[in-house]
Amino acid sequence: MSKNTKIIELDEVVVKFAGDSGDGMQLTGSQFSDTAVFVGNDLSTFPDYPSEIRAPQGTVAGVSGFQVHIGHKEVHSPGDKADVLVAMNPAALKANMKWTKPGATIIIDIDNFDNKHYKKAGYAEDPLEDGSLEGYNVVKAPITQMTRSTVKEFGLDNRTADKTKNQFVAGLLYWLFNRDIKFGENFIKQKFKNKPDLVKANVKVLNEGYNYAETIEAMATTFLVNPARKKKGLFRTISGNQATSWGLLAASERSGRPLFLGSYPITPASEILQEIAGRKHLGAKSFQAEDEIAGICAAIGASFAGHLAVTSTSGPGLALKGEAIGLAVMTELPLVIVNVQRGGPSTGLPTKTEQADLMQALYGRSGESPVVVIAASTPANCFDYGYIAAKIAIEHMTPVIMLSDGYLANGSELWHIPDVNDLPEIKVPYVKDNDPDYQPYQRNPDTLARYWAMAGQQGLLHKVGGLEKEDITGEASHDPMNHQIMVEHRQAKVEKVVDFIPGQEIIGPDTGDLLVIGWGGSYGALITAVEELQEEGKSISFAHFNYIRPLPKNTDDVLKGFRKRVVCELNMGQFADYLTMKHPKFEYLRYNKVQGLPFMISELKLKFNEILEELS
Amino acid sequence: MSHALKNIGKLTKQDFKVENPVKWCAGCGGHAVLSTVQNALPETGVKKENIVFVSGIGCSSRFPYYINTYVFHGLHGRAAAIASGIKVANPNLSVWIVTGDGDLMAIGGNHFIHILRRNINVNILLFNNKIYGLTKGQYSPTTPMGSVTKTSPDGTIENPFKPGELAMGSQGSFFARVVDTEPKMMKEVFIKAAEHKGTSTVEILQNCIIFANQVHKEITGREVREEHQIYLKHGEPMIYGKDKNKGLVLEKGRLKSVTIGESAYTLDDILVHDVKDPDDTIHYMLTRMSLPGLPVAMGIIRAFESQVYESMLTEQVEQARESTRINTVNELLRSGNTFEVK
Repeated sequence: MSKNTKIIELDEVVVKFAGDSGDGMQLTGSQFSDTAVFVGNDLSTFPDYPSEIRAPQGTVAGVSGFQVHIGHKEVHSPGDKADVLVAMNPAALKANMKWTKPGATIIIDIDNFDNKHYKKAGYAEDPLEDGSLEGYNVVKAPITQMTRSTVKEFGLDNRTADKTKNQFVAGLLYWLFNRDIKFGENFIKQKFKNKPDLVKANVKVLNEGYNYAETIEAMATTFLVNPARKKKGLFRTISGNQATSWGLLAASERSGRPLFLGSYPITPASEILQEIAGRKHLGAKSFQAEDEIAGICAAIGASFAGHLAVTSTSGPGLALKGEAIGLAVMTELPLVIVNVQRGGPSTGLPTKTEQADLMQALYGRSGESPVVVIAASTPANCFDYGYIAAKIAIEHMTPVIMLSDGYLANGSELWHIPDVNDLPEIKVPYVKDNDPDYQPYQRNPDTLARYWAMAGQQGLLHKVGGLEKEDITGEASHDPMNHQIMVEHRQAKVEKVVDFIPGQEIIGPDTGDLLVIGWGGSYGALITAVEELQEEGKSISFAHFNYIRPLPKNTDDVLKGFRKRVVCELNMGQFADYLTMKHPKFEYLRYNKVQGLPFMISELKLKFNEILEELS
Repeated sequence: MSHALKNIGKLTKQDFKVENPVKWCAGCGGHAVLSTVQNALPETGVKKENIVFVSGIGCSSRFPYYINTYVFHGLHGRAAAIASGIKVANPNLSVWIVTGDGDLMAIGGNHFIHILRRNINVNILLFNNKIYGLTKGQYSPTTPMGSVTKTSPDGTIENPFKPGELAMGSQGSFFARVVDTEPKMMKEVFIKAAEHKGTSTVEILQNCIIFANQVHKEITGREVREEHQIYLKHGEPMIYGKDKNKGLVLEKGRLKSVTIGESAYTLDDILVHDVKDPDDTIHYMLTRMSLPGLPVAMGIIRAFESQVYESMLTEQVEQARESTRINTVNELLRSGNTFEVK
């Protein structure tokens, strides 16, 4: 690479690709991410789709984006704001300006910057002339024109030709980041495996983009993000929904119980159903039910027949499943309920993230209906918590709600691939055929769980159902004292899970001025903000909860060592309320956001500094 | 028999009885159905441990407490969904759903039409007493128009469902209608329902002695039943009546009841019942027949065998297993784009 330009080495960089839904920005984003992975950067990505499949072209509502955060240092989130913005049209520029850092490099397709497009985007004045881009490094590339003339020799019509525009952009970026273009070419070859013509055209456009960048020298500086100092081993990128599905598949393999997923499509959880539907080769069965209720009821039936039963959904679906979760509580059958949260209530913000289903997960059912609630905190650890949800469900014979969210589900990050054989063992509470002492509601003294006799087993005929059960025998019973005992048993069983989960970790010293408390999908932004303040020498620590019910045994110890505690969550304070109830002797400050968006590191730091200043 | 595991020694009715007292009202039609099911099960050749009874909520849905098999007493309306999961998970089980007109036609209507559409190999026993019994006397989706009940003091203003119409409209592969007072008919039909590969629906005209007593008497009454019912049998002409001289013919696209020997009708004019006809047009007409003018059809109206959901799924799983190179989760985790840091 011979370049006259200056190369700046960066610890981390955020790139945002934005255009019409049809501009292929998701693809270019993935291509750029894959290359970053191959050269050894740490990585976190987040796609940003419009909720309509094909919103009107050129409008702000139709802008589709893909944000990539790559780092030489460890990366925990897709980043607050972009260092480089690609805007394929004025709408993409308009939608993303506030998410772009001052002084950022903005690459635009100048061919789309005309009055017609300004009008569609709602610009009253030409944004290139009105001074709003002052201080930015704007690269005006004739992407459409250059692409069309490049592919002329392939005889493609303009429509098809325009679909390769995203490769021109990719070429620009490969040059800008000093990437070997071979990675980009390989990505194309794999993507269009059986379409040699498309491979040729796209590779040509990719190279043209690269050459164009080199020739015009419009970008005076280029960037280099060196490989991250990762531990050794095998890595891949993985999204939250994929990781959840794979964690469940791993649990099925390790427990020896075949996987059954009863589910109904719902954003942003559908990919779990799609992923499992494609895993019949691992023996997994998926059942796309007629509604949310049938999905969970079929799963409960499959659990009675001895399968690792799962249902996946989002908030409105969880509401519909409430009665059936109660049935699983009463029948004490293993069941995993994956709830990928989105903005609510009602249909709410289907494609946006939120953490507002916590209380619903904990309490959204009739009667005393305790279930285990756990929450994943990164796209990759959805694998771990999917696995753990299944392990707890089986070993403790209980429904387990695993909380994920739209941000984790669609985001992806680098993942150190584990060996499934190293995962903790799953001990299935089997009953031997013809066991003369078998009683359906006899309990294991360690876990207080009943045993799992499966329909079809010999000599273990029994009845389960939603009516209150008589202790030990499992016969239907309306006896007052028996009901008291059974309610207490079911609660004690769930609380007993505390003996089988790890203690709560504190990141940073276990005493100090401020303890930041989070749970679930907000981990990435919180840890980054806390670590940056720790580097500045602030007295701040961080406890991020993955086990919600039951809370880890040492929770009280974790909370007590600080002058202030602030609970940060994407809701109106549900976890703070829960902690207030469970650990009432402490006071909790709250930092809440309900905009359908994840926390920004900058706003968190601002808040934490504010609290710390009050203390000093 | 579609069930892989057969019993070694033949079971008897006694094997399916439980010690629990049966808590239906004295005179409830449920008693006769229970007794007949216990009589029929040994004939299916399936052992107790491979039978699961699933129910929803309602008087009928207490049935599973009175039978000695695996039992799942589910949620109101959801028996079909629970049963689907059981059967898909373990196709070797013989799965029976016991439900009522409220449970299956109202709150569970959605699950009913979809289990039929999928053709999952389970048997549905629908106790149709045209009333909500357990909640003490509110009208149901099968209650005749104009009926006075606790929630329709001025008479209902809703058209009732005919379960058979829904079954046909949902591509149900097996539909039969029986009466709770005729154990012989019930037993024959229950056994056929069990043998049928696909979802079998048996509508049982059942009497609720408390809240809808004699609701079926126009059909089932001792003095009228021969004239008001036609017991359909596969391969036989559709004749009925005390003197077996009435029959059904198809004229101008409609079913018509005629008397053999009158107006030049002979036995050869009478329709012959074909339960296996893939075209369900005649079956649909038969399920719709009502008094006055036409007799009510009893027996098996449709039994057309086509592909069964769980068999197709099992086949897909087997094919996927044969053609994959990814046999373990470790292999899955390492498939596609990965990279190694040394």
